[in-house]
Amino acid sequence: MPDHITRTNLRTHRTHGWPHRMTASPASVVSARKLGLTFQTNDGPVHALSDVDLEVEKGDFVSFIGPSGCGKTTFLRVIADLEKNTGGEISVNGMTPEEARKARAYGYVFQAPALYPWRTIENNVALPLEIMEYSKAEQKQRVQRTLDLVNLAGFGNKYPWQLSGGMQQRASIARALAFDADLLLMDEPFGALDEIVRDHLNAQLLKLWATTEKTICFVTHSIPEAVYLSTKIVVMSPRPGRVTDVIESTLPRERPLDIRETPEFLAIAHRVREGLRAGHSYEE
Amino acid sequence: MTLLLRSGQGVLTLLLCLVALVRLPLLAPDAPFPFGMETTALILLLIAIGALVSFLPIGRLARVSVLLVTAHLAAWLLIGGISGNEGQARLSYFLLIAASWLLGWRCISELAEIKPSSRQFTMALRLLIPAIFGAWILILWEAITRGAGIPFILLPPPSAIWDRITGSLPILAADVRQTILKAVLFGYLVGCAAGFIVAILADRVAFLRRGLLPIGNLMSALPIIGVAPIMVMWFGFDWQSKAAVVIVMTFFPMLVNTVAGLGASGSIERDLMRSYASGYWQTLCKLRLPAAMPFIFNALKINSTLALIGAIVAEFFGTPIVGMGFRISTEIGRMNVDMVWAEIAVAALIGSVFYGVVALAERATTFWHPSNRGG
Ligand SMILES: Nc1ncnc2c1ncn2[C@@H]1O[C@H](COP(=O)(O)OP(=O)(O)O)[C@@H](O)[C@H]1O
Ligand SMILES: [Mg+2]
Repeated sequence: MPDHITRTNLRTHRTHGWPHRMTASPASVVSARKLGLTFQTNDGPVHALSDVDLEVEKGDFVSFIGPSGCGKTTFLRVIADLEKNTGGEISVNGMTPEEARKARAYGYVFQAPALYPWRTIENNVALPLEIMEYSKAEQKQRVQRTLDLVNLAGFGNKYPWQLSGGMQQRASIARALAFDADLLLMDEPFGALDEIVRDHLNAQLLKLWATTEKTICFVTHSIPEAVYLSTKIVVMSPRPGRVTDVIESTLPRERPLDIRETPEFLAIAHRVREGLRAGHSYEE
Repeated sequence: MTLLLRSGQGVLTLLLCLVALVRLPLLAPDAPFPFGMETTALILLLIAIGALVSFLPIGRLARVSVLLVTAHLAAWLLIGGISGNEGQARLSYFLLIAASWLLGWRCISELAEIKPSSRQFTMALRLLIPAIFGAWILILWEAITRGAGIPFILLPPPSAIWDRITGSLPILAADVRQTILKAVLFGYLVGCAAGFIVAILADRVAFLRRGLLPIGNLMSALPIIGVAPIMVMWFGFDWQSKAAVVIVMTFFPMLVNTVAGLGASGSIERDLMRSYASGYWQTLCKLRLPAAMPFIFNALKINSTLALIGAIVAEFFGTPIVGMGFRISTEIGRMNVDMVWAEIAVAALIGSVFYGVVALAERATTFWHPSNRGG
């Protein structure tokens, strides 16, 4: 029982205190140690996350993959200070999540586009800029630039409901890119879109990641999507939500869409599938 | 047979004409100004033409035009002939009124079928159909009250009400100034603003929210108009006491609706604001208030009606010798019902305009709401 072993390890670890607390490398953007989160519900406690250890380095593209309810969203929300961990340690850019949030360290792309219907696309992208009090000229320039980046130039004057689902999600990505956050948190941003649109957006996202040099944490349900996009794939399993495998991708940074037919790609996909299966059989 | 089915109203109209023809004359034998032979023939002819044209497979626009002219010309002749002969109409008169009404009905239903080709045309149709509809209410009201000689006290004909309105413009203007421009407008603005501000305070301060909201819900269900006599005691006979009634009546609907609206924004949207480290006021102005707008406009619309009712009824409890409620309560005592109806007509007009302005403002601000997007 591997779980038993890690538990024992943990205990011995704890008796020794926390030697690693500030040893996160300077390039580390997200650093989680024995992170745990338990929701107190009416039906008793729900262990959404337990004993999660993870380092996200600057410039990484990290995918989180696992079945529903394994705590992917919860982990992202803890990084974003939308949820508080109940155990362990986490730092974002060397700060607590709350400090990082107040320093506007990340842009969050939710599962739904969450564009405000009373604002045009342009003004939706300008929303964080208004809140962060950028000058009008700066706002205009950044809106233009980020809309170009997600191929939405010319749609700035439309209202969100006049656009397709894929375009709306691209606008919400533009909104997260508009200000100077180096970390992008994306929770199944393309989950509701069909596969053709999704392939297209994945390729665009990779290009965007290469040009902007952001660090991206990306939640997905899809194995090919995870393998195609990531430099690092975090495989998770539920009840309690935990990390079962962390796979460093050997694929080059430059990835045309047909890289998905190469043996190297398939080998990584296979390992992810194995990791998911291991997490699953463990349940029974 | 299919020809007959094409216009049920047409068939019925012809039948009514036949019966009316058998039961001529239109007025009782001792009527002072009976219809001339030619006029009666003309009316019957007009109605028959209208009914027959409604079967013809000519263009819809042509049919509508003929129906429009014949129905209204016949009605106009019938109503014109009744003046001086009040209460003398016989069955045949009412049958012909009914016949021309059927033509008017046919006209409206044909109009409603038209698929407009341009925006202006759509707009014109949107106005024309209710206008014809309203005109027929007045025509029937006039014909029945005059034709059957219904006592003036019970229901005066619209023409008498119109004469009263045009003959008493200065009085009506003074009443509107007193009741609408002072009590209603002031009370509405202050009441809505106060409800809104207190809603924001309650949002900010937890104990206000817990204490005030249940009371607000209770109060907005009460017939607050009952406080009118108390307000007159507190604030005197002039418009201030009426404004106070309006304030009390409009305050709670605005409070309750705004608080509900402030809770209407979605959790993802609020998380988004939190991820930007947005402050309370920024989140309020950029997310929660815009999301609350449909609720706030709902209150503004409810309150536009409440304010008018409140100010008029409050004047029943004591007022200087001017004001719409004052006029209604004193003129009914003097049996001047036409003046009462004149005030009611003016109040209805102002109330509709008031509501219409608020509804237009709503359309302009909540254009993004799924219920408004199409139009
Ligand atoms: N606010 C909450 N209150 C109670 N339980 C929650 C809450 N949010 C998530 N959970 C539970 O935590 C677990 C992990 O949820 P989540 O992070 O949304 O999973 P995933 O995104 O991987 O599908 C699930 O069992 C879910 O029911
Ligand atoms: Mg999720």
